[in-house]
Amino acid sequence: MAWTPGEDVVEVVRAPAPGAAGGLYRSFGETLRGLKTTFARIIEGPVTIQYPEEKVPVYPRFRGRHKLHRFEDTGLEKCVGCSLCAAACPADCIRVVAAENTPDNRVSAGERYAAVYEINLSRCIFCGYCEVACPFDAITMGHEYELSDYSRTDLIFTKEMLLAEPLERTPLRKEGE
Amino acid sequence: MNATLAVVGYYEPWWIQIIKAIVIFAVALQLVPIVLLAERKLMGRMQGRYGPNRVGPYGLLQPLADILKLLTKEQFRPATSVGVLFKVAPVISILTAVAAFAIIPFGDAQDIFGTRVGLYGVDVSIGPLYLFAFGAIAFYGIMLGGWSSGSKYSFLGAMRGAAQLISYEVSQGLALLGVIFTSQTLSLTGIVHAQGGMWYVVPQFVGFLIFLVAGFAETNRAPFDLTEADAELVGGYNTEFGGGPFASYYFAEYLNVLVVSGITTTIFLGGWLLPFGIHPPGWVDPFVVLFKMGLITFLFIWVRATLPRLRYDQLMSFGWKVLLPLATLNALVTAILVVVTH
Repeated sequence: MAWTPGEDVVEVVRAPAPGAAGGLYRSFGETLRGLKTTFARIIEGPVTIQYPEEKVPVYPRFRGRHKLHRFEDTGLEKCVGCSLCAAACPADCIRVVAAENTPDNRVSAGERYAAVYEINLSRCIFCGYCEVACPFDAITMGHEYELSDYSRTDLIFTKEMLLAEPLERTPLRKEGE
Repeated sequence: MNATLAVVGYYEPWWIQIIKAIVIFAVALQLVPIVLLAERKLMGRMQGRYGPNRVGPYGLLQPLADILKLLTKEQFRPATSVGVLFKVAPVISILTAVAAFAIIPFGDAQDIFGTRVGLYGVDVSIGPLYLFAFGAIAFYGIMLGGWSSGSKYSFLGAMRGAAQLISYEVSQGLALLGVIFTSQTLSLTGIVHAQGGMWYVVPQFVGFLIFLVAGFAETNRAPFDLTEADAELVGGYNTEFGGGPFASYYFAEYLNVLVVSGITTTIFLGGWLLPFGIHPPGWVDPFVVLFKMGLITFLFIWVRATLPRLRYDQLMSFGWKVLLPLATLNALVTAILVVVTH
């Protein structure tokens, strides 16, 4: 006797068994449907992005390469060399060496400034904790993501490199895009 | 009794034959890279991407780069391979493909500078038989290539190729039978002339479909590319080939596509004839044929981008249980109709 499934068993919908004229007609129809699908893709056009020429716009909160900032009016660095970013960094990739500001060599607005500020981007995980930890908004995550280089030492970014504007700007996604 | 096996329309001097042979070879050689590029571009578009577009403007030089790459590769031969056959097999493949190309008529016989020249290699009085003969030899190219490689995958691919070719050649031949009954001739130019009233694609539509499906199988193209089956056989019969020999196989595959397109054009789509009684000057004929061949080749590419590969048992049951009875029935019905109407 054939096994009868209970009421709670979900029936699987199967395609009709192949063979006979019906099967021939079905496979022919499905073939035509498939041909229609592929032809529609020609009319639709390619969806790929020609990457080096065309770039995907990033969101405003995209976490790319870090940027260090200056005050716009005085031109002084915002970073006061407190090393909170280095403390917050889970990948331990930030190195800060602080030095005292003197009246004739005034680099930052606070008492001290970062004499050495290095981020090892080959270790950075782009979590953005440094940005959160910074009490002066001196370090933020930028939008640069094309960071490949030929040697590991080239990926250690110094303070001057982080302060400078990136050479190539990444397109920013517009509102609602 | 005159024991002539085949009558060939030799009304041309020998030097015209030689020039025609060179021209046909050159045309075939030029068409293959175009088809190659068209396939990659079109398949790209059908899959929502661009296809090759880096080499030259719009990627037009891609086939050139491919061929250069293949020809400059190291000549390599596996230790288990059988030397002579390994060298000869790709040559057989390419030879039969070019030879089959010779009988495709690109136009009627016409006056060129006062000489009567037929725009085809040879007009043999056994057109389709010639085609099947070379199709049968072409299978040796695959079979020997697969066997002489001394590799399991190649051998499996070759065995599949052999079974497939034998199964589908029967249906292909039977599909043409209907056309031959109706036109009462085996000469390809004769078949084209017989289509003056109506192309055979209309009265012989079933035959057309069967011939086309069997043609896909004969050229080892998707969905019948079990011989190659990249995923399971890593390339099948051509796994162990690289560089020049591989280029030959590649070339032969695309040339076979062109041959099947050309034969389909000639037999079912009226060759160089235009519909609605338009009679253009003679020099238009080759372009008409090339255009129709292009349409069929597009269908080849389109189908390849659409259909998944058949399983081996599906291939066999489709060939023997569906295609062969259908082709036989088609031939039978046509024969009865021809007898009744004459």
